[in-house]
Amino acid sequence: MPHTLLRIATAGSVDDGKSTLVGRLLHDSKSILADSLDEIARTSAERGFGGEQPALDLALVTDGLRAEREQGITIDVAYRYFSTDKRSFILADCPGHVQYTRNTVTGASTAHAGIVLIDARYGVQEQTRRHLGVLGLLRVPYLVIAVNKMDLIDWDEQRFAAIEAQVHELAGQLGVGQTHVIPVSALQGDNVVERGANSRWYTGPTLLQLLEELPEPQQHGTARLDVQYVIRPQGALAPGLDAEEYRDFRGYAGSLTGGRLAVGDPVQVLSNGQPAASRVSGIRTPSGPVRQAEAGEAIVLLLEDEIDIARGDTVVAGQLPEPVKSLAADVCVLSPGRLAAGDRVLLKHGTRVAQARIEAIEHVLQVEDYTRIPARALELNDLGRIRLRSAAPLAATDYALSRSAGSLLLIDPRDGATLAAGIVKEEEHVPA
Amino acid sequence: MTLTATTPTGTTRSVLDALEAESIHIIREVLAEFEKPALLFSGGKDSVVVLHLLAKAVAPARVPIPVVHIDTGHNFGEVINFRDTTVARYGLNLVVGSVQDYIDRGELVQPADGTRNRLQTRVLLDTLEAHGFDAVFGGARRDEDKARAKERILSLRDEFGVWDPRNQRPEVWNLYNGRHEAGWSVRAFPISNWTEADIWAYIDREGIELPNIYFAHRRQVFERDGMWRAVTSVSQPASGEKVSIRKVRYRTVGDASCTGAVLSEADSVAKVLDELALSTLTERGATRADDRISSAAMEDRKKEGYF
Repeated sequence: MPHTLLRIATAGSVDDGKSTLVGRLLHDSKSILADSLDEIARTSAERGFGGEQPALDLALVTDGLRAEREQGITIDVAYRYFSTDKRSFILADCPGHVQYTRNTVTGASTAHAGIVLIDARYGVQEQTRRHLGVLGLLRVPYLVIAVNKMDLIDWDEQRFAAIEAQVHELAGQLGVGQTHVIPVSALQGDNVVERGANSRWYTGPTLLQLLEELPEPQQHGTARLDVQYVIRPQGALAPGLDAEEYRDFRGYAGSLTGGRLAVGDPVQVLSNGQPAASRVSGIRTPSGPVRQAEAGEAIVLLLEDEIDIARGDTVVAGQLPEPVKSLAADVCVLSPGRLAAGDRVLLKHGTRVAQARIEAIEHVLQVEDYTRIPARALELNDLGRIRLRSAAPLAATDYALSRSAGSLLLIDPRDGATLAAGIVKEEEHVPA
Repeated sequence: MTLTATTPTGTTRSVLDALEAESIHIIREVLAEFEKPALLFSGGKDSVVVLHLLAKAVAPARVPIPVVHIDTGHNFGEVINFRDTTVARYGLNLVVGSVQDYIDRGELVQPADGTRNRLQTRVLLDTLEAHGFDAVFGGARRDEDKARAKERILSLRDEFGVWDPRNQRPEVWNLYNGRHEAGWSVRAFPISNWTEADIWAYIDREGIELPNIYFAHRRQVFERDGMWRAVTSVSQPASGEKVSIRKVRYRTVGDASCTGAVLSEADSVAKVLDELALSTLTERGATRADDRISSAAMEDRKKEGYF
């Protein structure tokens, strides 16, 4: 079993003990080195943490920028790295308050697993519903609910069982991914990395065990490559290569998603809005030529036929999605300002950037329960359904089928700001 | 949930494969979307790895962009030699911004402590502007420092090169947005998600060459602030600091005037990996005097335009 990479996003507020949980995870997995630990110990002592029994304030592990410390808040996603014998982890630590929904969206967009904190004293709150809603909307494959501060309710098994039932009911309502619920005390360390002595009735995995053992999320469906860059080395060949061998080389560089692609496979191409067909004549990976490549690899694709393919074009194994110019998307507004019908935007989908207009704002999505509220504009941190019209046909698919082929950015054409992140809803497509 | 459906498409991929693929994706986006990118190249292991990834991203074509080195005049000679042979081997154009020239012209003054780290920023910004580079690749990693931990992969800088941590673009999925106003530029960090251990494991796997000061060698050193400093023309022992010959290596490559060595027997990549697994100090904590000034030293320098 090779050492694998798992991307995690955390959601929860300071009040839930999220910083302490992340600090505990890093500390107990021995991911904090001595000089960092000394600094934490020094600051903990200065602030008198633990009162009469001095202790490490593990929340300091995730202490951020001076600008944040001065205001006592977290303003941005921070990335942490730790590894065990089984896995390496990239943890996107997202601030949890409502006004930071855009941060949760950012962290969740690439996550394989989302950790949501619940304070055991209060159970499922409005904020829990919101976090689960966002992680569900972004289709994070695994959700882990850490019911924290179990020490403050004396490890009450019945109380935990009630919260667990609440969580499963909510997860069912929202239709979110596989959900695991774990009772923990981040402060005392129980069930985070070590099992601890306080929860004899809990027989499931600790948080770290669970993260180590979650199956690798698999992409499925048809292989797809959005062309990033066309490689034509004539006259600019890397030193040491034989010019004759590469005289007619024309390769399409991009990241393969969705599935497996092999030499000889028939493919369809959407080139400058026009469909065409060809066959794979060669595949190169960073390690050299191969017979077949898997989703997730950065490859260079060679085709049998001379087709005019450029950046922004799409190559798929099998059937191309019906190219569309009008599409519906659930968006999260990421910039100050508002989105309204009639706005001109740039739309980035895959590697294509197209001129587009917002045709209509359909509703605001109240993410706590997925209810729709009619709206005329969307503001920063709002989630809502819009309808877009693109100048160029797009080979978009529903986000539920493919995170990469179903996601898009809206960009302000004036200053380049990223206005919104969007999730394509295919059932509401209108063919071009 | 469709994303966890049980129709697996293949084998489990290793950490290094996943990181390599992500970095190459980022590099190709930047090469395609910007008019005039360049690579900041110090000869340090991280920039060497970025160059290796750049070459892979465009193979079999040649790396299509120049490399920029800000020469403080305090660099280790071994590193400058390594820079020149590497640039020649890849067939690249080298642009050098010289801190010494600025000092000679009286435009910059060396601080009393004899270090030049902070002087680099001005020279870097001038060099980028003079050549009109609109995107610059760098080898920064998020595990190095808490300011870096919050920086974007494509980090927008205003016309003064300034990083504004309060006003960063969210980066979602792998859809990078490098659009910017005229006069602004982007620093691109394709190995943001790699750790020091990943870098060394990759150097081992790929057989990447590094400057020899990364490996254990005998050197005249003296101890200062708990670090072993080389005796060179720009770093001399003060009275009372005893010079001895020790077997040392460097974990980071910076100026001789502010970079410390660690005592080490690791004279090969494999031994460095073993040593790192046992190390109890962070990379910068162990070796960089410039980051010991305060816990926000990096944050402050980045706001001034540092890479």
